[in-house]
Amino acid sequence: MNPFRRSPFVIIAAIIVYFFLYAPIVGLILYSFNASRTNVTFEGFIPSFSERVVMDGSLVKSSPCGPFHWYCDLAKNDDVAEAAGNTLTIAFISTIVSTIIGTMAALALQRYNFKMKPFSQLSLYIPIVIPEIVMGIGILTLFSQFFGWANNAFNLVGDSRLSLGIATVTISHIAFMVPFVTLVVQARLQGFDKSYEEAAMDLGANEWTTFRRVTLPMILPGIMSGALLAFTLSLDDFVITFFTNGPGSTTLPIYVYGLLRRIITPQVNALSTVWILVVFLAVLLLQILQNREQKQHS
Amino acid sequence: MLQRLRENKSAQGTLLALPTTVWLFVLLIIPLILTLIVSFGRRSPDGDVIYTFTLDNYTRLLGYSTDCPDGQASCFDPLYVNILGRSLSLAFNTTLFVITLAYPLAYFIARAHPKRRNLFLFMVLIPLWTNFVIRVYAWMMLLRKEGAINIIIGWVMNALNIPFTPFEMLYTPGAVLVGMIYEFLPFMILPIYTSLEKIDTSLYEAAADLGANSIKTFLRVTLPLSMPGVVAGTILVFIPVMGTFIVSDILGGRQVILVGNLIQRQFLDARDPTFGSAASLILMVMTLIVTYFYTRKFGFGEEIVVG
Amino acid sequence: MASEFAVEMRDVVKRFITPEGNEMAAVDHVTMRIKNGEFFSMLGSSGCGKTTSLRMIAGFEWPTEGEIYIEGIPMGHTPPFQRKVNTVFQSYALFQHLTVFQNLAFGLEMEGAGTDEIKKRVGHALEMVQLTGMDRRKPKQLSGGQQQRVALARALVKTPDVLLLDEPLGALDLKLRKEMQLELKALQQQLGITFIYVTHDQEEALTMSDRIAVMSKGKVQQMGTPVEVYERPANKFVADFIGESNFLEGTIKSLSKDEASVFIPSLNAEVKGMPISEGLVTGEEVVVCVRPEKIKLVDKSVKSDGLFPGRVTNTVYIGADTQVFVDVNGAKLKVWEQNRISRLDPKSFYTVGQEVWLMLVPENTLVLKKD
Repeated sequence: MNPFRRSPFVIIAAIIVYFFLYAPIVGLILYSFNASRTNVTFEGFIPSFSERVVMDGSLVKSSPCGPFHWYCDLAKNDDVAEAAGNTLTIAFISTIVSTIIGTMAALALQRYNFKMKPFSQLSLYIPIVIPEIVMGIGILTLFSQFFGWANNAFNLVGDSRLSLGIATVTISHIAFMVPFVTLVVQARLQGFDKSYEEAAMDLGANEWTTFRRVTLPMILPGIMSGALLAFTLSLDDFVITFFTNGPGSTTLPIYVYGLLRRIITPQVNALSTVWILVVFLAVLLLQILQNREQKQHS
Repeated sequence: MLQRLRENKSAQGTLLALPTTVWLFVLLIIPLILTLIVSFGRRSPDGDVIYTFTLDNYTRLLGYSTDCPDGQASCFDPLYVNILGRSLSLAFNTTLFVITLAYPLAYFIARAHPKRRNLFLFMVLIPLWTNFVIRVYAWMMLLRKEGAINIIIGWVMNALNIPFTPFEMLYTPGAVLVGMIYEFLPFMILPIYTSLEKIDTSLYEAAADLGANSIKTFLRVTLPLSMPGVVAGTILVFIPVMGTFIVSDILGGRQVILVGNLIQRQFLDARDPTFGSAASLILMVMTLIVTYFYTRKFGFGEEIVVG
Repeated sequence: MASEFAVEMRDVVKRFITPEGNEMAAVDHVTMRIKNGEFFSMLGSSGCGKTTSLRMIAGFEWPTEGEIYIEGIPMGHTPPFQRKVNTVFQSYALFQHLTVFQNLAFGLEMEGAGTDEIKKRVGHALEMVQLTGMDRRKPKQLSGGQQQRVALARALVKTPDVLLLDEPLGALDLKLRKEMQLELKALQQQLGITFIYVTHDQEEALTMSDRIAVMSKGKVQQMGTPVEVYERPANKFVADFIGESNFLEGTIKSLSKDEASVFIPSLNAEVKGMPISEGLVTGEEVVVCVRPEKIKLVDKSVKSDGLFPGRVTNTVYIGADTQVFVDVNGAKLKVWEQNRISRLDPKSFYTVGQEVWLMLVPENTLVLKKD
């Protein structure tokens, strides 16, 4: 039996599911060129370029950017720029911290026996088995209780008062990202033969040199995929951010959510399209880099 | 000092795991304990928490009401029980639909030529990497009265000469279901794919050799061996569906209220954190019970983080 | 060198906690003295404690009790990177992310050797294992035999006092393994350093070693030269483990300094003048060990002392020998008959059911304790 043989039923089903996955995204992109300001129906592409924006009711007749009117509009939107900056800042910091401490924990759980090991291992499953909203409101309660107490106890006033912001979002993101990093790295470590490290020590490398020269390079692909997963989780996160952000720490998902509850112009579609494009290119680049590295190694 | 640490493996392990463990303890476990404490409290008139011990929030959630129509002192108010039930049944339905859609695709990818598998897998991941909120918004545009789905049905009906008036699909339970399926589909495809891909092709050959046709091979070999993936996928889909509030918020309007929406409103609009905390603990207990019985029957899916 | 012994294990115990929570002694009061320049093998089946002993010498594990001395210096909890021994791993443990050259250079870099010195020594080591020109390859691009040589060179380039080898040939096919056995032995003699070799393959141990420690259940059963452990096994375990043996039960009738006469019921005879192992007493129930190749089958027409009648129950032709299985009053004996003459006629071999005489030469037997 040919293992690559598939029945027509499977192929048709696969096509349908792919269509289901992509149709909304294609629609979303198409509407980013919509001439209609209200964005309820598709009124065709914005037809022409002009020095100024020409409107006819809710229809954009022409624009300096032509069909890309909403993208230019987006570029001028300071709120979006701020939200994008926040999102990336939070994602970068939380990815770095969670990757480092998550990898350490993975090493500990995979290699060592210690008293709190069962507890450490078990706590990793909390974000998987407990709905995000439960964690979100729990963390919100923690912060508000703690801030209330600290502001009182240390007589903090004005700007020095502790409040929700980028720091609280980042700290909370790390909390739900670490378990994923740890579990991914742990899975990779399972296949890691301990004799590589013993060989390094046998050849005269101490523990730190062994880690730096042998263990780290060998488990780096695992760490990288853990970090990538963490980064995407942070970029994508809505619920935890929703409960832990404050003034000035709006992220893109929160910003988009805010827009959806008010008037929606095709600017949201333009934003979404840019987002999809950036993520797509970033992941593509990573894949290419990874493939090249694999080829070098084999 | 260094020599001592070198010899004490247990201390090394503790030290390495310490940052993560402390972080998780402070930000996941303490908040859960706080939630529990708050849920036994009472709301003050200005929305603060009065710490006491009362089960009022829980009895209210389970239908005990003192605000009764015909002068009774207490009665059963199904409002919150209905919300919990609705969330539960939506999570079940979503999971079932997602398995139905995900399995053939995962199977398709796993049986594709090894060179093309990565591309097909990549195509599943792209929608996942576009933002959660954006994905809901995409469906908002498709489902509304003037949206693409109505337009396409209109075209088809027109061609068939059947009269058709576009109808509002947005703000219905169906819209929420579709949105949930779309949001969580990739989380089912990946683990099922992982477990299917692990199956040694010689097992298919062995099954064929022993006289099983392709349907029997699928039912007796492929399906049982891919169960860990289905289990992992179910956990990854069922639990978040139970707690999500954006999908119902945006695609359901105010028509479809799930337990997630209930909790969110207690913390933001209604400002009764004590009731919100109680609801969130009930939600947690519900998901844990379902997960417990489900995993006890099928085992804990080991593919849970591989995707 | 300071000490007569390259490595010494003094009353070493290593206990592990099993996953079930029980304590288990992997190495149980082992004492070994391995001389400088010796090719020493630890032989036993898996779980006998040989690998644990080797790992303790390397420094990957520490003894629970007792002490290990390398060149006369007690090792205590000295980490592996401070011991002047190097290991060839069973899995080779070649760093996959480094080239062959970088693998070999790794240990020298740790010593702080300069670039020129590293180049020179690595080149020399590669020459020694006949891998010159492979230095820029990655381990995955090499065959199993080549990888094995890289692992060997990587350890030897450090010029250790003692080389530890943990079943290094286990992954190679039979022919390559035999070649490598001879090569390793030659290399050891050429370099003159101590090799401690762990294997479960008795033939390998017998081929290469100056001395062998036969281990079982964490204990050393016997230590000696290949000839000693084969010809004078210390107990029934060693006799059974090294080569093949027939065991005949019997009772000691009389005992001299180094001979015994034993009554063997299945032969219905008292056999005199058999060599004995230590600690036997008159009247003791014993087993008499006879190697299958040391029994001769003779034609039924001759009859003399030391001949016992039997019937062939099975024969297996294996090329160089024919293995003949003979029933002697219910005792099943194995006899290896060398095929000295080339012939195709099946009748010229023993056939099932044939009556035969077995010739037991008392000097070729050994009386052992029945355990």
